[in-house]
Amino acid sequence: MLAYTIRRLLMLIPVLIGMSLLVFSIVHLIPGDPAKTILGEKAPPEVLDNMREELGLNDPLIVQYKNYMVGLLTGDLGRSIKTKAPISQEIKPYLAATIELTFFAMVFAIIIGVNAGIIAAWKHNSWFDYIAMLVALIGVSMPVFWLGLMEQWIFAQKLNWLPSIGRANILNPIKPITNFYIIDSILAGNFTGLKEVIKHLILPSIALGTIPMAIIARMTRSSMLEVMKSDYVRTAKAKGVKEFFLIYKHALKNALIPVLTVVGLQIGMLLGGAVLTETIFAWPGIGKYLYDAISMRDYPVIQSGILVIATMFVIINLIVDLLYSAIDPRIRYR
Amino acid sequence: MDLDKAGENVEEDYVLEVDQLKTIFRTEDGDIPAVSGVSFSLKAGETLGIVGESGSGKSVTSLSIMGLIPKPQGRLSGSIRYKGKEIINLSEGEMREIRGNEISMIFQEPMTSLNPVFTIGNQMVEAVLLHMELSKKEAEQRAIEMLRQVGIPRAEEIMKEYPHQLSGGMRQRVMIAMAMSCNPSILIADEPTTALDVTIQAQILDLMRNLKKDFNTSILLITHDLGVVAEMCDRVIVMYAGKIVEESDVRTLFKNPNHPYTKGLIKSTPRLTSEKQRLYSIPGNVPSFKEMPKGCKFVPRCEYAKDICYKNEPELVYVGEDHKSSCWLNIEQAPSIEEDAS
Repeated sequence: MLAYTIRRLLMLIPVLIGMSLLVFSIVHLIPGDPAKTILGEKAPPEVLDNMREELGLNDPLIVQYKNYMVGLLTGDLGRSIKTKAPISQEIKPYLAATIELTFFAMVFAIIIGVNAGIIAAWKHNSWFDYIAMLVALIGVSMPVFWLGLMEQWIFAQKLNWLPSIGRANILNPIKPITNFYIIDSILAGNFTGLKEVIKHLILPSIALGTIPMAIIARMTRSSMLEVMKSDYVRTAKAKGVKEFFLIYKHALKNALIPVLTVVGLQIGMLLGGAVLTETIFAWPGIGKYLYDAISMRDYPVIQSGILVIATMFVIINLIVDLLYSAIDPRIRYR
Repeated sequence: MDLDKAGENVEEDYVLEVDQLKTIFRTEDGDIPAVSGVSFSLKAGETLGIVGESGSGKSVTSLSIMGLIPKPQGRLSGSIRYKGKEIINLSEGEMREIRGNEISMIFQEPMTSLNPVFTIGNQMVEAVLLHMELSKKEAEQRAIEMLRQVGIPRAEEIMKEYPHQLSGGMRQRVMIAMAMSCNPSILIADEPTTALDVTIQAQILDLMRNLKKDFNTSILLITHDLGVVAEMCDRVIVMYAGKIVEESDVRTLFKNPNHPYTKGLIKSTPRLTSEKQRLYSIPGNVPSFKEMPKGCKFVPRCEYAKDICYKNEPELVYVGEDHKSSCWLNIEQAPSIEEDAS
C-alpha cells in the first residue's frame, strides 16, 4: 500500500509540470499584445510598458517560465493587477468558501444518492425504485440556477426559514482564522454564529449537490444490481447472512468502485467553482473570484485560479485512486 | 416387474425428504416449470448424486432446497422436509437459521464464489459467527482449524489473504471449509469440481469423501459427470427436463441402466477399453420449456419411442429392488391412449 502510494505520488510530478506549462502559456496565447488586451486599446504607451514589465513579458520566454516556476515552488502566485495584492493571500478565503460548500454539497449528494441507489436496487422494480429514479432523472435535468432560484423563493422568500445569500449573518460576523467558517466559529466559541453558518450552507449545498446526488444514485443502483447477481452474493446468502449485511457489506463494497469514480469527478467539478450557484447565492467562492477576474481581464488571477483548481482536481483524483486500492485489494497488484 | 408407485418409502433415518417439488419461474413469456414434481430422500451419511444435462433442473432443485430461488419470480410447491420438519416456503428469517448451519452449499465456480474484497478470514469467521455462539477469537480458531482440516497449508497466513491470491483448487477448499464450519447435516455440492483441473478434482473429491466419513454428513452431489458419480455416490437420481427419469443405487445404475436416457448417458462416457473411434452422443438437445413434448419428455431423442410415448407421460415405477424408472417400455400393459394414463 505504501509503495503504491509513493508510486502514485511520483506520477503526479509530470502531471503538475504539464499543468503549469499549460497555465503559463495562457497569457502568451492571447492574440496580439497581452498588455494592450488587459488595459485596452487606448492605454498610453508608458502605462503599457509598465504592464509589460509587471507581467515580465520583456524577458525571454525560458526566463519567464523559470521565474514563474520558482514563484510557484515558493508559493508565490504573483499579484493581482486590480488589487495589487498577492494572489496566494487573496485567494485563500475564496478557496475556503468553495471547499466548505463543496464538502456539504457532496455530503448531501453521497448520503442521499448512495442510499437511494442501494434501496432502489434492493427493492428493484418497486414503487420506491420508480420514484427514486424519476427524482434522479429530474435532478439531473434541472438547471442549477433554476433550482437555486426556486429554493430561495420557497424557503427564503415565502417560508422565511433559511437565509438566501452569503456565508454568515452580517450582524454576527465570523472572525476569519482558517476561513472555513464552520471551524472558525467553533474555534471562536461563537455557537450562534455556527448555527447561522450552517443555515447559510443548506440551500446552496442542496442546489449544488442535486446533480451529483442524481448521478450517484443512478450509478449506485446499476452497480448494485450488477453485483447482487454475482456468485459471491449467492454464497453469502447460502451461508445465512442477513439481507441487510448482504446488501451493505457483501454487495456494497464491490459496487463502490464505479460510484467512487463518479464521486471523484463530481467533487472535482464542484471545486472548479460552481459559478452559477455561487452567483445566485452570493457565495464568495473561487468561481465568483475567477468570474470577476475574467470580467476585469486580471490575467495573473485567472492563471492562478485555474492552476489552483486544476491542482485540486489532480489531488482529488489521487485520493480516489488510493481509495480504489483500499476498497479492492486486486487493484494494488495490477 | 414391480409396478408399485414411487414415493411410498418406509420411514427410515432420512435427513431430507423431497416430495413432489415443483419450481416454476414466472417470466414475461409465461410460466416455466424448471422442476416439475421431483421426489427423493436422503439418508444420514449418504451421498446422493443428481445427474443430468444442463437445463435438466438439477441446480434449480438444489437451490429450491436452500430457499435460494428468487422469490417473486420463482414459486415453489410440494414438500421439502428437513429431519421431518417442513422447510418449503419458510420465512427468510427461519431459512437463514438453516442455511449454512443445517444445510450448506458449495458452488461450481470457486473463482467467483468468494467475495473478492474481503479476506478469507473475514468470510470464514462470518460463517462461524452466524451460527455458533463463539467469541471472535474462538471463531478465528475454529476457522483456522477448518482450513487445516481441508488440507490448506499455512492456514493462519491464508486467513489474511484475499481470494485472488489463491488458486482455484485452494478456493474450492476454502469454500468447503466454510460450508463445513458449522457441522451441517447436509452438504449440497453443485458441480464442485467442474471448473477444476483433473488432478485437483480428484483431491477435492477425496477431501469430500473424508469429511463425510469424519462428520457423518449427507451429501447431495449435483453433477453431469458420471465418473464423479461412480466414484462418490451411494445412490443416483437421473433428471431430465425437470423430472426424475431413473433412480437406483450406483452399482445397478451402471450395470443395469433402465431408462433410454441413462443408457445414452452411460454410452456417451469415454472408455479406454472401447475400440470405437467416435464417442457416442445422444442425438438432439434438452427441449426448451416452451416446446416441451406432450408425452414423455425424452421422446424426441429416444430410439425406442412407441406411440404411447408421444401421447402420455410415463410414471416413475419400481423396476427392481430400490430401482425406479419412468419409461413406457417397462410397463408391459401400457394403457391404450383412450384410457386415462395418469
